[in-house]
Amino acid sequence: MTILDVKDLSVDFVTETGTLQALRKVNLAVPANRIVGVVGESGCGKSTLINTVLGLLAENGAVTSGEILFEGQSDLVHLDANGMRALRGQKIATVFQDPMGALNPVLSVGRQMRDIQYRSALSRKEKDARSIEMLRKVRIPDPERRLAQFPHEFSGGMKQRIAIAMALLMQPSLLIADEPTTALDATLEVAIIELLKDLQQQIGCSVLFISHHLGVIAELCDDMIVMYAGEVVEHGSTRDIFHNARHPYTKKLLACDPARLSRREPQLPTIPGTLPDLRDRPKGCIFQARCEFTDEACAEMPPDIPVGGAHVTRCWHAGKTTGARA
Amino acid sequence: MTTEPLLAVSNLRVRFRIGGVISALAGRLTEIEAVAGVGFTLERGQTLALVGESGSGKTTLARAVNGLQPAASGSIRFEGRELGNFSNAGWKSLRRKISMMFQDPVGSLSPRLSVRSLLAEPFAIHGLSGRSLNAEVERLLALVGLPRDFADRYPHQLSGGQARRVGVARAVALDPVLIIADEPTAGLDVSIQGEVLNLLNSLRDRMGLSMLIITHNLHVVRQIADRMAVMYLGRFVEEGETEAIFQAPRHPYTAALLSANPEPDPDKVHNRIALPADVPSLLDRPSGCEFHTRCPFAQDICAGQVPASSALGTSRLTCHFPLDAGTRAVKTIATT
Repeated sequence: MTILDVKDLSVDFVTETGTLQALRKVNLAVPANRIVGVVGESGCGKSTLINTVLGLLAENGAVTSGEILFEGQSDLVHLDANGMRALRGQKIATVFQDPMGALNPVLSVGRQMRDIQYRSALSRKEKDARSIEMLRKVRIPDPERRLAQFPHEFSGGMKQRIAIAMALLMQPSLLIADEPTTALDATLEVAIIELLKDLQQQIGCSVLFISHHLGVIAELCDDMIVMYAGEVVEHGSTRDIFHNARHPYTKKLLACDPARLSRREPQLPTIPGTLPDLRDRPKGCIFQARCEFTDEACAEMPPDIPVGGAHVTRCWHAGKTTGARA
Repeated sequence: MTTEPLLAVSNLRVRFRIGGVISALAGRLTEIEAVAGVGFTLERGQTLALVGESGSGKTTLARAVNGLQPAASGSIRFEGRELGNFSNAGWKSLRRKISMMFQDPVGSLSPRLSVRSLLAEPFAIHGLSGRSLNAEVERLLALVGLPRDFADRYPHQLSGGQARRVGVARAVALDPVLIIADEPTAGLDVSIQGEVLNLLNSLRDRMGLSMLIITHNLHVVRQIADRMAVMYLGRFVEEGETEAIFQAPRHPYTAALLSANPEPDPDKVHNRIALPADVPSLLDRPSGCEFHTRCPFAQDICAGQVPASSALGTSRLTCHFPLDAGTRAVKTIATT
């Protein structure tokens, strides 16, 4: 089953200087029991995408086309506020970048974990028992005692694990994780990745994982989505994309990762040019101004072209881009 | 000039008071030592990277070097002069020579000033308004690769990478000799990160700058730093030439950090040194070697005796049982 199915989604923001086309015909699917990574530069629409799924678009934002199917039925675009509230926290949970901002500093961790279960009919004692079990699952030592402690009494890595515990407490079918490891050092980052993998298998949920750390995506995700200026330019299995990227942008992005360099380079690779102005979106392919394959065909917006299995790319020249990395 | 290094820090300690009157009256420990006896030197034109997890004292150390945080004891000598002896006026002139880039690229720019005012501000503060400010602004924009018309933009009209360039331009405005950069590429994407690192590298070569860089991105360290220092609980556990440390980390914590570094290859088999995630509290420092509570190679002596700082190759480290070159010994014990 597909847990989250986004079809042809477009989102506009009305600003003082004109309409900003933040998302254009976005297609993506998060199958059951899979971890799907989303990469792209800041401003590529990653946050707009999550906020649209969660029904948290800012007032000046609106969905202009498309649908978001959750668990094959409810279209989140047309769900009312009450229906959305019933899903958030219960069926769709989120973990954000800053664990301190996600926890209330003046309430004990135990109180916050109990509050999360407000829809459940369990007694207070039973709720606490579930919290303790969950804290144990995220490997917080001595959870019975720590339940009474406050967020500032935990280290950064532990706070993020508590945030994950809270997100998974209601056994959601979809966990949205927005750069949850950015604030942590490498050893803690890896610990969180392994923890997420483990819990995802235990609980059997799907994960939509946003990051611009390509190494983290490679290690954690089954599938991945590459976004550029509000469009999904390529999606497929993580292996397909890392080993055989087909969209020119994906190739350039992967080539920029300093992790690929095994020694010090005098000049690091970059992508020349700048992002297009989304208030004045170019007609046709969104990457044409920065691409070496651009020709007349690119004046028209390419469709999502399958390039083998579930691997799809939005490029007219996908046929020419196989083989060696850019 | 002199043979003295640009910056020489020795046995530096920075303490913070915590808790209130009640814990003081109850006789509980009311101070933590965020930087606990750090020493290093930075030569002219050199770049040193500080790495370590959040809370290990990297930022506090950098702030102490720039006088933003008073030192409890120890010495910081810049161009041969002791910083502790500086008056406020002395500090002001010193800050022309040491400039600081803060972590959040947009947040470190005043939202109410245009890029022109932001770039002119350092000249005004230091009473250099005699120069042609417009010319200076244009020179700085060109230096960091921004178009001239950016002078009239405001911070909210800049992307993260552009804001970072403005931050770099401000930092180099008064021809400093040392730049302290706190996470200069955090939150930036790999392509923009590459642009910022290329910019810093080229400015360093052109202006002969020294840099002290704080980051927890190890790939960045390798691309920009001549030397690196690994911090743990406010102390250096290993310090040396970057490439030598990447080739053969000698301290188990360094080895664990380097082995943890996620790489962009889904089929990569990792030989990781797994560390227990419980970072000890500064309020309750472990005995002996402070890393022994998490170290996979700890033996009895590690809990009881503080290891002395020793030199090994181009590195200095504090460990009773340094790893062999090539970390062969590590891989046999490592778990993923």
